[in-house]
Amino acid sequence: MSTRIVEVRAKVMKQNDLLARTLRERFQRDATCVVGLVSSPGSGKTAFLEKLLAGLSRNYRVAALVGDLATENDAARLQRATPNVKQITTGTICHLDAQMIEKALKEWKLDAPDFLFIENVGNLVCPSSYDLGEELRFVLLSATEGEDKPLKYPTIFNSSDVAIITKMDLADAAEFDVAMARHNIESVRPGMRIFEVSSKTSLGMEAIFQFLQTQRTRTQEAPLEAAL
Amino acid sequence: MHELSIAISMIDQIVEESESRGGLAVEVVHMRLGIFAGVDKAALLFAYELACEGTPLQGSRLVIETVPLVVFCPICRQQKTPPSVYEICCPECLSPTPEILSGREMEVASLEVTA
Repeated sequence: MSTRIVEVRAKVMKQNDLLARTLRERFQRDATCVVGLVSSPGSGKTAFLEKLLAGLSRNYRVAALVGDLATENDAARLQRATPNVKQITTGTICHLDAQMIEKALKEWKLDAPDFLFIENVGNLVCPSSYDLGEELRFVLLSATEGEDKPLKYPTIFNSSDVAIITKMDLADAAEFDVAMARHNIESVRPGMRIFEVSSKTSLGMEAIFQFLQTQRTRTQEAPLEAAL
Repeated sequence: MHELSIAISMIDQIVEESESRGGLAVEVVHMRLGIFAGVDKAALLFAYELACEGTPLQGSRLVIETVPLVVFCPICRQQKTPPSVYEICCPECLSPTPEILSGREMEVASLEVTA
């Protein structure tokens, strides 16, 4: 029996990417600025998000989708800042995908907010392959994790738009070398915007609010080509 | 470990492709996988075999071609391959190279089918 070659050239993530594009168009039409948050487990995503929601909800309609393997603890915690929080429990799946976002939004019946944050499952590997239709992706790195995290997980840092160094109040105690961390981020993603924050003391949060406000204005003004 | 999810999407796609061409007897699947795609080659090969069970692709073989990272150096004005995935710069002049031209690919390139 002979064999022949059939050319295919199809993207493996085609289904996810098409759905992500539909979501992105919808968010742009609704003038919702959508920000994805990725990090390793325990780097302070939820505490950071709590501060973001509390701060931005003074002037904006905010909402959050939070992904975890199990429990609704994060949603319950974030609901102190806004009632517009929905948990996605993924079971055994280590990442969110566009289909989970679409399904959650369909069930939710939420009026289009000004900001929607999507907190991914704590994981620095798998989420990098899945476009969720977000406008910006923030990658978080805590001062207690060490300066070389970006070098160990270059793909997720390179596929993100903004790096947030969290737990800066613990930097001295952890002997965290912030200049080295910045250097390493720059090495895996040249030109990446970096913020240093402490969700506990609110250090650096004002700069993030301003950055997001500017981004939101861009979302509104150029709804079809919002960019960093 | 998201390689299993990726293997399942890939198989769904190939089965669809095969059906659209009247049903192909696929022996080998050739895939292009970028070094910067965030997917582990060995884990994907393992997941592929598992995920094929009970599908029309059962018994087929996955062959992965690794696609290197290629960036554009704004100083040399040339395509270059950085020293490593965690040093995204020109190997010659060491300038940062934010523009990535390839290395993120995850695609089914071709199928070897029984004629």
